[in-house]
Amino acid sequence: MVSLNVNGRDVDLEVSPKMPLLWALRDLVGLTGTKYGCGRALCGACTVHIDGQAARSCSIMVGDAVGKKITTIEAVSGPVADAVKSAWQKLDVVQCGYCQSGQIMSAITLLSGNKTPSNEDIDLGMEGNICRCGTYQRIRAAIHEAARALG
Amino acid sequence: MNTICRFNPSRRAFIRDAAAAIGAFTLGTRIPFGPARAQSGGPSPGSFDPNFFLQITSDNSVTLISKHFEMGQGVTTGLATLVAEELDADWSQMRFVFAPANAAIYNNLLVGPLQATGGSTSTAEAFTQMRQVGAAARAMFVAAAAANWHVPAAEVAVSKGVVSHGTNRATFGSLAAAAMQMAVPKNVTLKEPKDWRLIGTHVPRLDSVMKTTGEAVFAIDVRRPDMLTVVVRRPEVFGASVASFDATEAKKIDGVVEVQPLPNGVAVYATNTWAAIEGRKALHVTWDTTKAETRSTDQIFDAYRTLLGQPGLQAIKRGDASGALGKAAKIVDAEFTFPYLAHAPMEPLNCTMELSADGAEIWAGSQLQTIDQVVVAQVLGLKPEQVKINTLLAGGSFGRRGNPVGDWVAELSFASKAIAGRAPVHLVWTREDDIKGGFYRPMVLHRVRAGLTADGRISGWQHQLVSKSIFAGTPFESALVKNGLDPSSVEGVSDTDYAIDDFDVRQHNVTTPLPVLWWRSVGNSHTAFAMETMIDELAVLAGKDPVAFRLALLAHDPRDVAVLRLAADKSEWNNAPAGAGRGRGVAFHHSFGTRVAMVAEVAVDGQAIKVERIISVVDAGVPVNPDVIAAQIEGSIGFALSTVLRNQITLRDGVVQQSNFDDYEPTRMREMPKVEVHIVNSIDQPSGIGEPGLPPVAPAVGNAVAAATGKRLHRLPLGLTTLAG
Repeated sequence: MVSLNVNGRDVDLEVSPKMPLLWALRDLVGLTGTKYGCGRALCGACTVHIDGQAARSCSIMVGDAVGKKITTIEAVSGPVADAVKSAWQKLDVVQCGYCQSGQIMSAITLLSGNKTPSNEDIDLGMEGNICRCGTYQRIRAAIHEAARALG
Repeated sequence: MNTICRFNPSRRAFIRDAAAAIGAFTLGTRIPFGPARAQSGGPSPGSFDPNFFLQITSDNSVTLISKHFEMGQGVTTGLATLVAEELDADWSQMRFVFAPANAAIYNNLLVGPLQATGGSTSTAEAFTQMRQVGAAARAMFVAAAAANWHVPAAEVAVSKGVVSHGTNRATFGSLAAAAMQMAVPKNVTLKEPKDWRLIGTHVPRLDSVMKTTGEAVFAIDVRRPDMLTVVVRRPEVFGASVASFDATEAKKIDGVVEVQPLPNGVAVYATNTWAAIEGRKALHVTWDTTKAETRSTDQIFDAYRTLLGQPGLQAIKRGDASGALGKAAKIVDAEFTFPYLAHAPMEPLNCTMELSADGAEIWAGSQLQTIDQVVVAQVLGLKPEQVKINTLLAGGSFGRRGNPVGDWVAELSFASKAIAGRAPVHLVWTREDDIKGGFYRPMVLHRVRAGLTADGRISGWQHQLVSKSIFAGTPFESALVKNGLDPSSVEGVSDTDYAIDDFDVRQHNVTTPLPVLWWRSVGNSHTAFAMETMIDELAVLAGKDPVAFRLALLAHDPRDVAVLRLAADKSEWNNAPAGAGRGRGVAFHHSFGTRVAMVAEVAVDGQAIKVERIISVVDAGVPVNPDVIAAQIEGSIGFALSTVLRNQITLRDGVVQQSNFDDYEPTRMREMPKVEVHIVNSIDQPSGIGEPGLPPVAPAVGNAVAAATGKRLHRLPLGLTTLAG
């Protein structure tokens, strides 16, 4: 059995500690906002926060997430999260939307560590998140917009 | 490309549409759900049930029942805009749900009889219908209010969801029960464009909030009680079949419940996705490859070239291309090659099925509901109407979810059948399955020979294309393929807007077990590159400005000319200088009824191409949602760039060499150029927008690279191997 702390709640899972966190969240905990895209940490669709930092849940075994605070798109909160989600909505960033949970989780980490990211900072911070619909221009603008809103 | 003009709804169609409007609020409150009844076979006589496009409930929400599926193209927002415009609803009260499968009610008026989203037809086909629905509903609310207040209907106003007369005010929600009693208007008058207050403005997307909070439910998020997740081991080479398999080790994996052979592979059933994937790794399968495609990419292209000496199928012939070329002062000869391409939507293919005594129910990002119903019914021995489809949000498609042979829902059906429906089955393709799974944009070869007169005008154009037909072997073949010629193989060449007098276009079909499929913009995904590269090359050879050269060939079409001129203006084509290693290129293409011109600015450093800026101009008819149009152009550029610069599916001895986002890597943030979109404020019928932004990207970039380096690249990906960061 593996015990995880997900969105502030302790959950006990009858699984192998080798199961990727992504599948534990989606198939066992029932949190489907975190998406499967590649299974190899290439696309960032599965991004969650582990102890407040963006991490690719498809490539972290649940055994390695024990004792850490896991936060998913469904529960991420606070001024930065609110500013990011508002900016995404204001600029109508989404198209299919499938990658956007991961984009938003990465953007929150970026803005949490850098209140005024440059375009180059955004390129670097968002490098691991693929959007097949090509919404990058709006993601960039939304990150700047969120930074402005946060002052 | 003028098919949109053909849609002129019959009176009968209108009455049906109007009835659709009334039926929705017949329900008044949110109890019985319209779509569920539609699923069971449509309206019952004497009731107001038929209407299935709109539901207005006591909570004052106005819900579009969307006949089209949403893959990110913004169509739910678009259709809701049309309804809300004529209904005079407030945008904040608009919602959407997806319609059930019912081709009679949700027919695509340009494609049908068929419930289908594709070919960039949605806004065009529903432009009048959805406004009629809104107008009919509005008239009934007005009639209900007039009766309540004992005033003439002509004096009742509706604005932003409030019905009023003097000091009387009522919401749609409060009037819904009364409105449902009103007669269906026999006729409605639609607003004049000058009176539009939503069409042509920026309304927030209806799916933005749900997609930024984790609340949006995609097909892959569907969970049914006791559901088993299935992954399938498919052959490494196309056309192979299972010879034998050993599931002993697979069944030892914790969570694996069953292993069953399917017609195309071996299915592993498990209680969660990871167990299914691990179980599949432990499977041992041997394959019969006697009928398989076992060639490599270079061998396939060589086989293509051997066909060029044959006559082929005549797609179009004007004048005397051979004679004109014989008299030409200068000739350009070029071979263009295009690889197989995977669609690679972010959400890999997946779908879920439950069987019952009554039939089958599926949950899927279903793009061609009518086709999917037929495919599932055939596998399971049901009638199509016994297949209930729950359409969910799709995490992209780019054509992959709209397969006329329904490979994925067929596979799901076989997987359910193999366990006799004992549990709901959730079929999931991994990313590797997606990249290696076929149904690619075809590999294509073009051979083009074009001449110039001494004074720099085109003198003869011979064009041969080699590819596998997309439509052959599908239910669309009989309607679309004539004498072996598949129009989707040559579209963008045979119907070019350029006035080429002596023109000869021929198509050669090839056969291979490797399955192919339309891929965003279909034939235009390669033909625009060949055409626009040739035109550019000819312009330079003629010593003419590439924009002016094109304008002369498009002079007969004022909308073409306007789009290209505006692109030249906005890019300061005549002024902007290019420095060392920098270049600009222009391209124009007309597809899906929509005209798009692009000017790309690139910087080339060694083998690295950096696309810095793309200025785009689009004329898609009435711009119903300008911000969605801009988003589709921006997205088309992001989507296209990966294939312009990098992506290709290649075969070695029949085995696909790519597998995931490392060796089939989409465009990333740092590679996204600055995109400007300028929209022509047209009053013509709306045309497509999901696809027409793609075709001009590759040639605009290629022509810019040629301007920067003097090097003409005749293949995609362009072949300067990497993208600069």
